Amino acid sequence: MAEFAKRPLIELRAVTKIYGSGQAAVQALRGIDLEVENGDFVAVMGPSGSGKSTCMNIMGCLDVPTSGSYRFQGIEVVKLSRNQRARLRRHYLGFVFQGYNLLNRTSALENVELPLIYRGLSRADRHARARQALAAVGLVGWESHTPGELSGGQQQRVAIARALVTSPSVLFADEPTGNLDSVRGREIMELLSRLNREQGITVLMVTHEADIASYAKRIVHFVDGHIESERAPAETN
Amino acid sequence: MFWNSLLLALREIRRNVLRSCLTVLGVVIGVAAVITMVTLGGGATVQVTEQIASLGSNLLMVTPGQRMGPGQTSAAPRFDLDDAEAIGREIGAVVAVAPSSSRRVMAIFGNQNWSTTVNGTTNDFFTVRNWTVGTGRRFTDGELRAGRAVCILGATLRRELFGAQEALGSKIRLAKLSCQVIGILAAKGQTLMGTDQDDLILVPLRTFQRRIAGNQDVGMLQVSVREGASTEKAKQAIERLMRERRRIGRTEDDDFQVLDMKEITRMLTGTTRVLTALLGAVAAVSLLVGGIGIMNIMLVSVTERTREIGIRLAIGALEREVLMQFLVEAVVLSSFGGVFGIIVALVACIGLTNAFQVPYVFNAGIVIIAFLFSAAVGIIFGYVPARRAAQLNPIDALRHE
Repeated sequence: MAEFAKRPLIELRAVTKIYGSGQAAVQALRGIDLEVENGDFVAVMGPSGSGKSTCMNIMGCLDVPTSGSYRFQGIEVVKLSRNQRARLRRHYLGFVFQGYNLLNRTSALENVELPLIYRGLSRADRHARARQALAAVGLVGWESHTPGELSGGQQQRVAIARALVTSPSVLFADEPTGNLDSVRGREIMELLSRLNREQGITVLMVTHEADIASYAKRIVHFVDGHIESERAPAETN
Repeated sequence: MFWNSLLLALREIRRNVLRSCLTVLGVVIGVAAVITMVTLGGGATVQVTEQIASLGSNLLMVTPGQRMGPGQTSAAPRFDLDDAEAIGREIGAVVAVAPSSSRRVMAIFGNQNWSTTVNGTTNDFFTVRNWTVGTGRRFTDGELRAGRAVCILGATLRRELFGAQEALGSKIRLAKLSCQVIGILAAKGQTLMGTDQDDLILVPLRTFQRRIAGNQDVGMLQVSVREGASTEKAKQAIERLMRERRRIGRTEDDDFQVLDMKEITRMLTGTTRVLTALLGAVAAVSLLVGGIGIMNIMLVSVTERTREIGIRLAIGALEREVLMQFLVEAVVLSSFGGVFGIIVALVACIGLTNAFQVPYVFNAGIVIIAFLFSAAVGIIFGYVPARRAAQLNPIDALRHE
């Protein structure tokens, strides 16, 4: 138990990822070592194709590394089965994607309560917690609207509410402001940093915009499948 | 877990109204078409069998001459009354033998006339043909022996000559013979070939021979075999007896033929069965088309569904939970379509059997087969693409295009 406590929340060791095989093989990650402590707010930056999203997907258990070790709370994720990884996502992880990835033609409330259905909560509990989550992202009164009836910023806030409704340990955000204008983008970033500050949720975010990254406590730069540098936000600006 | 899957499946059905309706429609069309076609075919088969039974299925018809080819008969001596009596006397399984001779005549009553067939026969005719006199009476022995000028009308004749007037007791003219109407046959309707069985007049055989034909010939012997006895054996016995009576040498061919109605029945039911199979094949094609429709809709929505599966996996759904949801969804849609298709088929069958005047025969087997086939198509094409998607890494499912 003592050893468990010393472990970082996320621990990547020599992680590689190769897409495809033979001549068409692309090495997206060429040995990543990264540690993220509980309560941290990390921004991952880098040009497109630098492997930042791939690394994020591996940390989010959406994808598996080709080689290397990934420990989440000290548990070796690489050795887990598909179902065990799904349970890990269900209980500890939340996701916010650039393209929102909400279910079409489904109300905001139903989108937000979806993870709770898989957790087996009762209808009343689901509704209460989903409303609470929507209120937390400032969408009171929009519960019955479908994604098509919401603006991009509102859709992203629904997505954040869906990620938060299970009270995850880590929130993964892959270019959460990528499809938004700068005003909506700042709103989303303020929401994320407030969640990190007030609720202690660890946030891992991919972005290629420096001012978005400046909301984070740490900024990790990816180039060509490597971590090139790591800085505090002040150094970037 | 099941209730969750049901909840998720019903939500999916509700939010994809068009896709759901098209899937259901595919199943409905397939199921309804097959059931309707096969039921109609089955009804037609039953009708054929019933009509033949009404003709008397234990009936053997003995006619002079041999069929040489289509419509041709070799010339051969006619039968006479002794032949009829000999068959009745010497062959055990025979219940009744009705000798008959017939000819086309013009029947006249008042200013009405109608061209019909006059059939000279005996009261055995009613037994072998399984026919009854509706109103009036049969011939008396005296009338038969003496060859009196009396007649029994078929229902068509009565209608054409008398209309609303009373026919019993009236006199009609058949060629040069004026005869009294003593009975009306019960109506029998059309044969399968569309000829009207009720378009005939019965007179005593002797009356026919003396006063219409002017000879002692008997044109045909209709033999009724006891229920349960082999018509095949009776047929062979009649053939042996007739060869003997007509002194046909060992090497010579028969100059008469014995027709077994059972054979004709078999032949005709065989034909309608082929017809039913044909209808069934047409229906199977529509079932297939319905199935392809379902398949198309399912495959077209794979991209959208794959992304949906990616979302579900990303937020922590297990592979089997996703699959259970899709399975439940496919089963619900297919069953709904199947039940709806069966209802449509039953309504259509009732309407069409009325319109075509064929009996309605419920065929549980085809209902089950059609239902299972459509359900299987719906389930397989709903489930298999979903399974493929659920086995992807969540991120690959999310990025699917």
